[in-house]
Amino acid sequence: MDYNNNDSSLSKTIFRLLSRIDLVLIVTLILLLSLGSVTLFSASGENMRMMNTHTVHLILATSVMLIASQLSSETLNRWSIWIYTIGLIVLILVLIQGTMGKGAQRWLELGSIRFQPSEVMKLAVPMMVASYLSNKNLPPSFKEIFIACILVIIPMLLIVQQPDLGTALLVATAGFFVIYFAGIPWKWLFASLAAIAVAVPLVFKYGMHEYQQQRVLTFLNPELDRLGSGYHIFQSTIAIGSGGIHGKGWLNGDQSRLDFLPERHTDFIFAVFGEEFGLLGNMILFSLYIFIIWRGLYLATKGHDSFARLLGGSLSLTFFIYLFVNTGMVSGILPVVGVPLPLISYGGTSMITLMAAFGLLMGLRRRKRRDYNA
Amino acid sequence: MAIKDNTEKTERSEYRLFRARAYVAAALVLLAMLVVFFRLINLQVQQYDHFTELSKENYLKRIPIPPVRGLIYDRNGVLLADNHIEYVLEAKEDDVDDMPSMLRSLMQLLPINLQEIKKFKQKMRVNSRFHPVVLRKNLTEQEIATFSANRFRFPGFKVSVRMERTYPLGSVAGHLLGYVGRIDKRDLKKLDKKEYKGSTHIGKTGIEKQYETRLHGKAGYEVIEVDAHGKPQRKVSEQAPIAGEDIFLSIDLELQIKAEELLKDYNGAAVAIDPRNGDVLAMVSMPSYDPNLFVNGISYANYNALRDNPDRPLFNRAIQGAYPPGSTIKPMAALAGLNLGVTTPSKTVYGKGFFQIPGNRHRFRCWKKSGHGHISLNRAIYQSCDVYFYDLAFRMGINRYSKAMNKFGFGKKTGIDLPHERSALMPTQEWKRKRYDKFWYPGDTVNTGIGQGYFTATPMQLAFATATLANRGRKIKPHLLWATRVSRNLPEKLVKTVKLPSIGVTKLRYWDDVIRGMVNVVHGAGGTARRSGAGAKYRFAGKTGTAQVFGIAQNKTYNASKLKKKLHDHALFVAFAPVNNPRIALALIAENGGGGSKVAAPIARQLLDTYLLSKEDKQLLKEKQAAIAEQAENKAKKKSRRR
Repeated sequence: MDYNNNDSSLSKTIFRLLSRIDLVLIVTLILLLSLGSVTLFSASGENMRMMNTHTVHLILATSVMLIASQLSSETLNRWSIWIYTIGLIVLILVLIQGTMGKGAQRWLELGSIRFQPSEVMKLAVPMMVASYLSNKNLPPSFKEIFIACILVIIPMLLIVQQPDLGTALLVATAGFFVIYFAGIPWKWLFASLAAIAVAVPLVFKYGMHEYQQQRVLTFLNPELDRLGSGYHIFQSTIAIGSGGIHGKGWLNGDQSRLDFLPERHTDFIFAVFGEEFGLLGNMILFSLYIFIIWRGLYLATKGHDSFARLLGGSLSLTFFIYLFVNTGMVSGILPVVGVPLPLISYGGTSMITLMAAFGLLMGLRRRKRRDYNA
Repeated sequence: MAIKDNTEKTERSEYRLFRARAYVAAALVLLAMLVVFFRLINLQVQQYDHFTELSKENYLKRIPIPPVRGLIYDRNGVLLADNHIEYVLEAKEDDVDDMPSMLRSLMQLLPINLQEIKKFKQKMRVNSRFHPVVLRKNLTEQEIATFSANRFRFPGFKVSVRMERTYPLGSVAGHLLGYVGRIDKRDLKKLDKKEYKGSTHIGKTGIEKQYETRLHGKAGYEVIEVDAHGKPQRKVSEQAPIAGEDIFLSIDLELQIKAEELLKDYNGAAVAIDPRNGDVLAMVSMPSYDPNLFVNGISYANYNALRDNPDRPLFNRAIQGAYPPGSTIKPMAALAGLNLGVTTPSKTVYGKGFFQIPGNRHRFRCWKKSGHGHISLNRAIYQSCDVYFYDLAFRMGINRYSKAMNKFGFGKKTGIDLPHERSALMPTQEWKRKRYDKFWYPGDTVNTGIGQGYFTATPMQLAFATATLANRGRKIKPHLLWATRVSRNLPEKLVKTVKLPSIGVTKLRYWDDVIRGMVNVVHGAGGTARRSGAGAKYRFAGKTGTAQVFGIAQNKTYNASKLKKKLHDHALFVAFAPVNNPRIALALIAENGGGGSKVAAPIARQLLDTYLLSKEDKQLLKEKQAAIAEQAENKAKKKSRRR
């Protein structure tokens, strides 16, 4: 902590903890998490064990958020380089463990806790890039942007090797969003987007595993193979489409209830939601999400310094990318990439990372005058 | 590397730069989410119906419930085709945990053989995990009891009831009833797939085929909800099947059985029709076969035996056998002649034992070598003078003669309600040119005058023509369907008779002239079948026929003892009775039986007695019917007991 406070009474501590929380954001998040829990109850097939685990995830994630909200932007700025470096080392360790083990390896086992290091990079990469760029005069020079890109691409390539295309994509976008907010000239931005457009087919051909290629192909023509690889998208569009305007009602989604929808409590939970709550439910869900993103960007503009703004902006937009990629994939306008619906899909790691990000966002706000003086 | 100058001015410009980028980002976020939202509108509003349909296709399955097949009775309510209840042992693969060990224990418990196990395993592989597969059919009461006592050891296995078609009287009226058999690929092409989804059998021939739609009924179904693995969850709705209609045939079983008995020593056929309404009272083709053999797939051995039998038991002679009708058509020919003005009742012809076409030396011989002398129509019929009818046909000419005979139904299908009827042949000049690319010779006409040559007819056609004659020209389509009954609690509904255009004659008394000739056949002193008419309690009309199977050279005579049985003459007889109020008209043929008067006429007389005398004495009838019904029931019981 960057300021001293001798008052150690419990109520004061709690008050201080909560004083850093953004009330508007936390209320919206709680609304979204409640909606998510209700949906998960249905998607899990009313599985109480899963709901208990989910509750543990919620408590853990909220605690992490509370702790993260206590960190000031100076502290984060100082830690960035260390978190980033340790993250890279662990990624390499995981890869080595993978090559010695049996193929794909995403987890690091620490006793009984399974830990996904790539998840940490979702925070570490934007922190590192923001830390680097915020020390320069903005907008950054070409050389600075180039170095920033290297900082993004190295962990991305390591994660692609795992292989985990979805996470690699999210990590990379988080890093690039920092560069965007730092003020990369528009013409360079468009030029690199064009370059990516050219590179995509090449990556598809040489840089992708067969199952990843298959997913893309299936995306392009899902009706081609209803029972094979197109099954996911086919069933999820049926679920959403048959939900109609009003939805089939909670616990009444035939597609999910009768097991036609694969991965329905994780990546495809949006289909369950769409089937049971319909277009009206989707409207409410999207409103909540957009409000959260808006609030995130708003908090970012109120950031303490350049680092705070860049990191806050990137975290908000990364949250949006989660949302866009997942809903786009489940509704069949984007290819199937393993990205969960943020804060709703079942899974502790993703939930903790996301809530930690919101905690950081809250902590990045400009200090009140007395804080500076303390 | 530039060092950051942390002035207030830089801070403000960097803040402004960030805010601008944040606005652009927010706009892009809104735009992107709007794109997804439009996609959702497309899915949930525009394509809602399409996806609702697909969703239902996913989880709703229609399970067909086959209807109960209608029964078949004779006109007096004697059961001819029944649904036998059989018990089977079956299981769904999904319900059984350890199939191999369970099968082993079952084999110890019940007399299940390896063949059954093999079949069961084969079917298991083909069918869905949730579809019941039969392990053992025709469980005895003993087996059911044994299994039930040990049921707890075999979770997943259960005894169910199935219906199987049986024909309690065996080969009686076999050709007529036909049989049901397993639905095969050829059937699948033709039938309504929705109706037959749950059915295993379909009518293959006979009445079973003819009235398949009525007998089959309407399939029901239940809609069940299944999960992604096909496992049933709950019943959503049910539509009960509608059982097939019960059918009552116009057949009088007593007459049918009598005819089969009388013809059992011959290959032959008999058809009896009630002229008043076209009811077919009996339709026999001998030898017959047991339709029960076909129901569950006939064995190769049994089928080969039937197919290769020289007596051709599978061939329905009554409607498919095209025989030369011989002299039985002389009354119809006479009527044609009278009608055309070619002859009159009083006109005589000199029968000198043979007939010659002017300018030709070929002799068309009469059966009576010495000849009949001066002969008129009446005597030409009852003494069956060939020369008279050679002359008559010759003078009518084939085209006029053929047309007149067509009116009696010769050369045309009678339209009897059975599949595979044949039209036989009433020849014309045109026909011969097309068929053989040859001219029609006057000699061809002469032969048709006595029902020989190219002229053929089925027993059904002969009976129909006789019935028409008995009706004095009033034609009624013969039929087997007599009444139907939708449900056992409802009264049967009689089927309406179909009247065909009548045969008009120039003078009504021509009918009397011809019929008088036929009466004299059996009741006249010189009638060819006077022995068969003797002592009858009713007056009847008849006509004998003896049809040559092969040609005899001009200088030879027919000598039965020197010929193979196959080449012996066919014996035919047509009759109707009582003359003044005909209630039965019949035609019968005994293949290679010899003379019509010696073989066919006595059989006909017995049949008429069977039908008419019992009618006269109602008490007698009742007793006989009761006896027959009891006999049939006993037979059925014996059958089911044997199963």
